[in-house]
Amino acid sequence: MDNLSLPVAEAARGRIELKIPASAQWVRVARLTVAGVASRLHFGIGDVEDIKLAVAEAINNAILHAPVAPDGEAMVSIVIESDSDGLWIIVTDEGRVQGGLSVEDGAPDFDGELPEGGLGLLLIRSLMDEVSHESGSHADTVVKMFKRLPARAAHGA
Amino acid sequence: MDLRLRVGTQGEATVVEIGGEIDLHVAPRLRAELLRAGEGDSPRVVVDLSEVSFLDSTGIGVLVGALKRVREKGGALNFCGVQSRVRRVFEITGLMRALPIFESREAALTALWEEKADG
Repeated sequence: MDNLSLPVAEAARGRIELKIPASAQWVRVARLTVAGVASRLHFGIGDVEDIKLAVAEAINNAILHAPVAPDGEAMVSIVIESDSDGLWIIVTDEGRVQGGLSVEDGAPDFDGELPEGGLGLLLIRSLMDEVSHESGSHADTVVKMFKRLPARAAHGA
Repeated sequence: MDLRLRVGTQGEATVVEIGGEIDLHVAPRLRAELLRAGEGDSPRVVVDLSEVSFLDSTGIGVLVGALKRVREKGGALNFCGVQSRVRRVFEITGLMRALPIFESREAALTALWEEKADG
């Protein structure tokens, strides 16, 4: 299983950009791509699963809030950048965030009321080491996230 | 795509076994299936998540939605088979405490008849 993993120095630096139609059936493809890159970087299985879920949440949000493009399908861009510290993932869409990501920090107190939505950003923040989220009323929405490599993998392996 | 569903009955309860990846793409299909499982008056449903390998927030929304609908009809819906990945997602979102989760299918089934469905 491990022969796909390169020494960190070789595997570390890289950049992939993936563009998928803003459609639910494509999220799995992006998930698997990101998982492939993360595995190659010596992330543990738990970390790879965390990254997969965080990316899925960011893309879901992009899809659910993407505008209907007048001249064709809206697209979602996923940039995956790695260095010896870890993995950056930047998800960009051309839609406006309409509250899907407006979740406060910390675990919610449901107080008897169970949530059916709005957990995406909570998950992203919990699963990744750094998250930033930018949007303007007409600008692209960008979710940028970082997962740090475990110390041992980053300094050798 | 990679969603597996098996619906059966055990006594008067409906048992829904879910396997594979629950994401935005398959959420509508799962929602429809759980709606069907929760039909009738005071439905009793067990949802077994043993084979679920991926669960995102849209999947959570579907599971929570199904639970709410069943409770509204005076029924009960219990979960079992929560494996480590699903457990992690439930823990982050605070749902490990908020959902009726049982260690075994037998315990989930038994509790369907003990529990007052008072939400």
